[in-house]
Amino acid sequence: MSQASDGSRSLHLSQVTKEFAAFTAVKSIDLEVPHGSFFALLGPSGCGKTTTLRMVAGLETPTSGSIRIGDTDITYAKPYQRPVNTVFQSYALFPHLDIYENVAFGLRRRRSPEVDRQVKEMLELVELTSQARKKPPQLSGGQQQRVALARALINRPDVLLLDEPLGALDLKLRRAMQLELKRIQTEVGLTFIHVTHDQEEAMTMADTIAVMNAGEIEQMGAPNDLYENPKTTFVANFLGQSNLIAGKVLGPDGDFVKVDMHGVTVSIPVSRAHAAGADGWIGIRPEKVLIAAVGEEIDAPGNHLDGGIVTDVSFVGVSTQYLVRMPWGQELQVFEQNTGRRRLFAKGETVDLSWRPEYAFLLDASQDVTAGIEDD
Amino acid sequence: MSPIARTWRWIREHVVLALGLLVLTYMFVPIAVVVLMSFNDPGKSKNVYTFRHFTLHNWMHPCAPAGMCHSVGLSLGIGLLATIIATIIGTMAAFGMVRHEFAGRSLANTVIFLPMASPEIVMGSSLLALFVSTQVALGFVTILIAHVMFCLSFVVVTVKARLTGLDDNLEQAAMDLYANETETFWRVTFPLVLPGILGAALLSFSLSFDDYIITNLNAGQSTTFPMFVWGAAQRGVPMQVNVIGTVMFLIAITLVLGNELNNRRQARALATR
Repeated sequence: MSQASDGSRSLHLSQVTKEFAAFTAVKSIDLEVPHGSFFALLGPSGCGKTTTLRMVAGLETPTSGSIRIGDTDITYAKPYQRPVNTVFQSYALFPHLDIYENVAFGLRRRRSPEVDRQVKEMLELVELTSQARKKPPQLSGGQQQRVALARALINRPDVLLLDEPLGALDLKLRRAMQLELKRIQTEVGLTFIHVTHDQEEAMTMADTIAVMNAGEIEQMGAPNDLYENPKTTFVANFLGQSNLIAGKVLGPDGDFVKVDMHGVTVSIPVSRAHAAGADGWIGIRPEKVLIAAVGEEIDAPGNHLDGGIVTDVSFVGVSTQYLVRMPWGQELQVFEQNTGRRRLFAKGETVDLSWRPEYAFLLDASQDVTAGIEDD
Repeated sequence: MSPIARTWRWIREHVVLALGLLVLTYMFVPIAVVVLMSFNDPGKSKNVYTFRHFTLHNWMHPCAPAGMCHSVGLSLGIGLLATIIATIIGTMAAFGMVRHEFAGRSLANTVIFLPMASPEIVMGSSLLALFVSTQVALGFVTILIAHVMFCLSFVVVTVKARLTGLDDNLEQAAMDLYANETETFWRVTFPLVLPGILGAALLSFSLSFDDYIITNLNAGQSTTFPMFVWGAAQRGVPMQVNVIGTVMFLIAITLVLGNELNNRRQARALATR
């Protein structure tokens, strides 16, 4: 086990593949998680994120590829031989042991000295000192979650894995625990790898997010990079919402690419154009689209579209969400902040839309435009 | 309110209680008779089923009837041995059947039920045929083999149920927390399956202690307690049989009450979290 300096304790996955009898869960993924970072694996259920996590924990063996922590290859190491601990989705607390013994379990197996002092400190960190002698079923969901965290954290692993640890909690408690987890991670400075299907949770907590889909990593980056500059339709739809409009690439023009969108020429920055062929999907986030009455001056020197008709208005308090049918028949989503300075538009009204070119992005037309949209 | 309405209401409020008490009475009258008769002094009368005088004689001299205490000792010995053997083999079989994929697993699952499903008289006579044809001398060993056989399927079924209900994340969590395979088994798996194993052992013991049909066919010259009682019943059961019955009942009720008290203690702890 490598316990060398911080720099050599980052986690590397190279070309890791996991095949099950009937399907391939993880397809040759490469990952590098620097030591001390909060990393999220985000994706819908069945995308391979939990399988990836279980391979890092040693609970599954990769079909091919290798997993390293620093310079130590742990691909085939037993779960108890690697400096990795897991917070299970179901917590998996030992029901026959009290909270104290649950937390002390890992230390005792490793014959660690000063078990008592360490357990007491850890219980203090997760604010469960008074519950030490209770059995797990006597605690509430949130308390059990903290025991599961303490039980893993106390071993000071090089990598801490969290498998949807907040999934069983109600919304309010989940929000509180997200901040709590982030605080603890900063405090202890360990590498956290968090598996979740909740994009908001991933964006709130993680430094880096890897979006997984069908066993592959679609895109990896900081939360705002992923949101602002998605490279695939899946990422554009799975992280927040996007308007994706079919267009034909006309050609480069300085730092921009000109695209014909149903007769209107729009510009997209080269750094945000990810279409390889002559066709593409022009993407724009609903809150980046500005809406105005016909002929009204719009505060955006950008791509301008007219002839939209408001087909739906939902007032949600902080914002108003419009559906606007464009001349080519597509309905676009527009979110406007309720600053109080502008009037609401009514259903049936004709409006102009506009957006700043630097907010738009261009995706490859070969991709499924509905990928990553969750069906409710 | 009219007296009739009042009576009707009283009946309505107490009918469930009354029926419940009736059912309890129905269940406990036979036991009460056993306890009562253990204090009976039948004197010179041939009719041992009538209570004549109160006496402590039966309790002071439980081994007075010839051969009875020997038969109790034999039943206890066979019961304990059969329980230990069946519990160990059955528990291992249950682990194998739940934890390992092997060809014929579903067949094995069905076959294990057969001894529970087939009539005792059939099993007893087929065992006898087996022992006679292979020239095994009937006695302690053949009774033991027969008892282990019919206890096995109960143990497998009971332990299997417990094992199937066990969250396998717990073992993964133990391994994740640096426990190797052996430590994981003894510190997590075994303690969690133990209640199932204990239940299976208790069930085995009572099945073994109780068995008459299979035992009678395969006992040879040996006499177990049920066989003794059966034989004695032809001439009039000695009162000491009731003493043994009462003691067995007391042991059983102590176990049940102890378990119940333990459960209540845990439930209270749950309630005051």
